[in-house]
Amino acid sequence: MSTPYSKQLGLRPRLGPIAVVATVALLALPYVLSTYHLGLVVQMMIFALFAMSLDLLLGYAGMPSLGHAAYFGISAYTTGLLALRLSLNVWLALPAGLVLAGLTALLFGLLALRTRGSYFLMITLALSQVVWGIAFGWRSLTGGDDGLPDVPRPALGLHLPWSLADSTPFYYFTLVLVALALSLLVGIVASPFGYALRGIRESETRMIALGYNVWRYKLAAFVLAAVFAGLPGSLYAYYNRFVSPDYLHVARSAEVLLMVILGGAGTLIGPAVGAVLIVLLENVISAYTDRWLLLLGIIYVMVSLFAPSGLIGLLREFRPWRATP
Amino acid sequence: MMNFWLIQTLNGISFGMLLFLLAAGLSLIYGLMKVLNLTHGSFYLLGGYVGLAVLHLSGSFVLAALVGSFAIAAIGAIMERFFLRRLHLQELPQALLTFGFLFIFSDLATVIWGTNPQTIPKPTILAGALQLGGFFYPYYRLFIIVLGLIIAAVLWWLQDGTRLGAMMRASVDNEEVARALGINVSLLFTLVFGFGAFLAAFGGVMGGPIVGVYPGADFDVMLLGFVVVIIGGLGSLKGALIGGLAVGLLDNFGKVFFPELALFTIFAPMVVILALRPAGLFGRE
Repeated sequence: MSTPYSKQLGLRPRLGPIAVVATVALLALPYVLSTYHLGLVVQMMIFALFAMSLDLLLGYAGMPSLGHAAYFGISAYTTGLLALRLSLNVWLALPAGLVLAGLTALLFGLLALRTRGSYFLMITLALSQVVWGIAFGWRSLTGGDDGLPDVPRPALGLHLPWSLADSTPFYYFTLVLVALALSLLVGIVASPFGYALRGIRESETRMIALGYNVWRYKLAAFVLAAVFAGLPGSLYAYYNRFVSPDYLHVARSAEVLLMVILGGAGTLIGPAVGAVLIVLLENVISAYTDRWLLLLGIIYVMVSLFAPSGLIGLLREFRPWRATP
Repeated sequence: MMNFWLIQTLNGISFGMLLFLLAAGLSLIYGLMKVLNLTHGSFYLLGGYVGLAVLHLSGSFVLAALVGSFAIAAIGAIMERFFLRRLHLQELPQALLTFGFLFIFSDLATVIWGTNPQTIPKPTILAGALQLGGFFYPYYRLFIIVLGLIIAAVLWWLQDGTRLGAMMRASVDNEEVARALGINVSLLFTLVFGFGAFLAAFGGVMGGPIVGVYPGADFDVMLLGFVVVIIGGLGSLKGALIGGLAVGLLDNFGKVFFPELALFTIFAPMVVILALRPAGLFGRE
């Protein structure tokens, strides 16, 4: 690793003006785009956050989870069920989802963190299937494979005039929450805790020798990543007004892994770009052909063979005009 | 009542034998190449589809099993030689690659064979049921149990009693030394991956009359295979056999007694084993 950490952060250098332009553009979008396209942007933001949450685990702490959709789904089901059955408002139903996702991750982390590498992949996969099994099998609670239809999008409450049922308020709601989560993630990654995670990724034994309680750091990263995966899960439940076992299927766990790798793990911005690309491709391609899965499979193969360090990695390679430090 | 337990136990064991075929390949591949093969369920499904097609053309179950298994073994060998090989020991790209092939094969299978669930008809010799007093049991399931035991014995002999097995064990223990000793480890990789695909596809044809061939079987079977190797331990034949039987029985009795939480009866014991022995019952850390 010759690149300095400030570069690896990806968000540091000269992004001020770009950030201003991006903020203005994002705020103006509802006045420019149709409802359909605005929905597409909401999906992009949701999956960008989902991918960034996995990046915290994979890119920074070096733990490759193949079951990350479990926390996305748990939060979605929790929020969906609370909104549907108990008519709880967003401010209670959404945090409840995050809490349950975090608690599940605490439990699963205790089991999964005893392994590494391929075993870790396989065990996170199997544990996520436990949750899928419950969602699929426990019909009386979750509706089984019919899912939970008609999840209501309530008013924001707190004497605010907007109802989330309309697409524009929902867009801003998502934008604010995703931006908030993103700034938290950036803060975490740039904190001493974030640097300790990078240290663990590079060499656990060295971190142990330095006196770090590596296991505790890894568990904390595992739980944090799950909580950050829960938020997009709950948002997606509101967005679709529907939750189904597909939310926590292996295919979704693999897809978010693909988004992270495609963009470039360990950069936050890379996985977000990866997510935007995959959501965009899926929507564009599906309009023309039924063979999206085939194409997605080919994307997996191409990324694994030709861009294992992602688009960010490719950019770094093909940048002859800038002197490498 | 006695009959109920006996029949359900035999059902569990016969399904367990199919899972053993699957897990043995997963385990061999992981043991030698450290590859977590997410395409393994596709090999099972493709084996079933090709077997069914051959059966329709030729009417011979034996030919269906042979062609199905060898065709998929060839696909596996090609996948190893031209794709997986380039990602040696890179677990994450390997996972992406094999998952990509899972999607590719799954989609191609729906293009070629459609989305309707199908069953492979049993061979006529094995169509009936064994009758002992008031006890009936289908010959075909008994056949699967016997066949599973024979394959287990052959695999043990291959591993412990042949030169090929010795070469494999040497490569598992230390790949570089094995290469230095003149063992063609590259060829061994292709052979073992192809052989793993062969076993999975064979399981697909054999399971066709019981489990059926349907879109999504690749995912279902892959996940059960993983549970088996998590319980038994990756890289261990004994683990694959015992894990396979355990999961087969748990799955069967789970479906009988707790239909709503059927999957849970498999996963709960898996979680317990993970907590007690992270590398599985017979796995090496």
